[in-house]
Amino acid sequence: MSAARTTTPPPSAPTGPQDPKGPGWSGPRKGGGVPTSRGGRLRKPGVYVLLSVGLLVMVAPFLWMGLSAFKTDRDLTANPPVWIPTEWTLEHFGELLDRLDIPLYFFNSLTVAVLVTASNLVFCSMLGYALAKLRFGGRNKVFALVLGALMVPGNLMLLPLFVLMSKLQLIDSYAGLVLPFAAQAFGVFLMRQFMQSIPDELLEAARIDGAREWYIFWRIAMPLVKPALATLSILIFLGSWNNFVWPLIATNDPEKYTLPVALATFATDPNQSAGSNGMLMVGSLLIILPVLLVFIVLQRHFTQGLATTGMK
Amino acid sequence: MSTTTEPAAEAAPVKTGPGAHPPPGGRNRGKRQTVAVQQMAGWLFSTPFLVLFAVFMALPIVATLVMSFTDFGLRNVTDPFSAEFIGFENYTKLLDDEKFLKALFNTAYFVVVGVPLTVGLGLFVAVLLNNGIDRARTFFRVGFYAPVVTSIVAIAVVWRFVLDPSDGLIAGLASEVGLTSPDFLGSEALAMPSLIVMAVWRNLGTVMVLFIAGLQAIPPDVREAARLDGASTWQEFRRITVPLLRPTMLYTTVITTIGYLNVFEEPFVMTQGGPSDSTLTVSLSMYREGFNFFHMGYASAMAYVLFVVIMAITVLQLRLLKDNTK
Repeated sequence: MSAARTTTPPPSAPTGPQDPKGPGWSGPRKGGGVPTSRGGRLRKPGVYVLLSVGLLVMVAPFLWMGLSAFKTDRDLTANPPVWIPTEWTLEHFGELLDRLDIPLYFFNSLTVAVLVTASNLVFCSMLGYALAKLRFGGRNKVFALVLGALMVPGNLMLLPLFVLMSKLQLIDSYAGLVLPFAAQAFGVFLMRQFMQSIPDELLEAARIDGAREWYIFWRIAMPLVKPALATLSILIFLGSWNNFVWPLIATNDPEKYTLPVALATFATDPNQSAGSNGMLMVGSLLIILPVLLVFIVLQRHFTQGLATTGMK
Repeated sequence: MSTTTEPAAEAAPVKTGPGAHPPPGGRNRGKRQTVAVQQMAGWLFSTPFLVLFAVFMALPIVATLVMSFTDFGLRNVTDPFSAEFIGFENYTKLLDDEKFLKALFNTAYFVVVGVPLTVGLGLFVAVLLNNGIDRARTFFRVGFYAPVVTSIVAIAVVWRFVLDPSDGLIAGLASEVGLTSPDFLGSEALAMPSLIVMAVWRNLGTVMVLFIAGLQAIPPDVREAARLDGASTWQEFRRITVPLLRPTMLYTTVITTIGYLNVFEEPFVMTQGGPSDSTLTVSLSMYREGFNFFHMGYASAMAYVLFVVIMAITVLQLRLLKDNTK
């Protein structure tokens, strides 16, 4: 700040734009007290144009997918491409449902995501609370472990994890899909950040009243971090819903495929998916639409969580 | 083990504040009790995470390392302990494996081109959103962030369709202006750049959100002071925004680099590593060796080489970028 002050012209200096009565004075400004410097701020219309073009590029694939799901084969292969279907049809929905047991895959994805979310809500909050609010020997070491776990790439664990799950006979089971993600380090980190905002006095008062730690955690701390719990559930649910690599490895039986695994298997099998762009668009739409809707409604929670932990 | 745990147990009570220097008087006993209770509660609250961490993370990390020195194969999936130690054989084999070297090169290509593009464009969009826009900010943010929250499989399916040389979106647009679309994913030269464009599109939102958070943490009076001093937009950006954003830049660069070094899903779903291994990445070749051919010892060695590279690059980035701020 002091540097800024020394370079500001002294009050007696020749008149500049800052001097209301000087030659530079051109009437009262409309917005705020900050004068526009030479070069100006970024010009608004230009910014809007740039952002709109960017946005169009970002959403074009989604629009294309959404519209293509309702196109006839003729429109799908039309050249030049047709954006709006000349004839709206649901035939690819029917076709895909005939070929793939979409309701089953939907159910599998949902079950796994709900279980993973529930266990993370409990376990990550517990450790987050302990790291933020309980003083115990080894706390710093546990926290270091959490931070370390954040940095290890998931691919490093895949091979032994597969062997382990085979030995435990958990391949093709919900347990096998859920357990490796049941308590995620980034969730602990996020909950610790939010738990820290709870005033110590409040917990101390409960302790003096003789409340047990579990009661304090469950009845006092947890209700106070509800927004954080919302953020965490959204992030974990979404991560699980979109998870691909582990479900791909941990399932062989099509009965236990999650939606992304089923669609990817279908899409990469040339015998099945040749000439089935319509079906693939429908499948993608079915994976994306639920999360996109949830995201648009609750987008603040996403960006908050990301800003707190830096994790997707 | 005992040498590492003992000092911790000794040091702990000293660190734990109130209990360390008990004030004389009657309240002492109550406080000490609280400390003991918290001590136990702390560990009980940590247990579920620690158990899951030990079984599904720590153990596999160590196991991968051990496996990388063995000839772990398909039969060892049911009988892990019969795998034979072969020393560094897997690692020396990697040095001669042309496919693996190509995968290393491809991964480096992906990182070197992809990371600056992602971080640069993410910063650009964040600055635009933070400076010029007050209306519709949420609208734009949602749009740019949407690819981040959507399934890679669905995205890949759509992009394959968009890039299709015969009836894809780009092919159609090209033919309208009298051009023919190249076969993006079928061409050795274009397949990887296509995947990079897709990855940038997909990850831009993450970087953007982090930069917006960083930009909003810059105190407005600093900018105002610069403005009053007659700094141009560019000067303000160079002299105020960039230096104050250094921590965010460091962070986004590191996480994007780690993510891109691990790139697996894009090539797996879009190209399966082809054509002619031009999009074969380290993670993809590890997956193939491990789960298609069941050369799991060899694949473990690949996983560890990648891990070491990631650690080295992360440390290097942290060093380089930290020194710059001084």
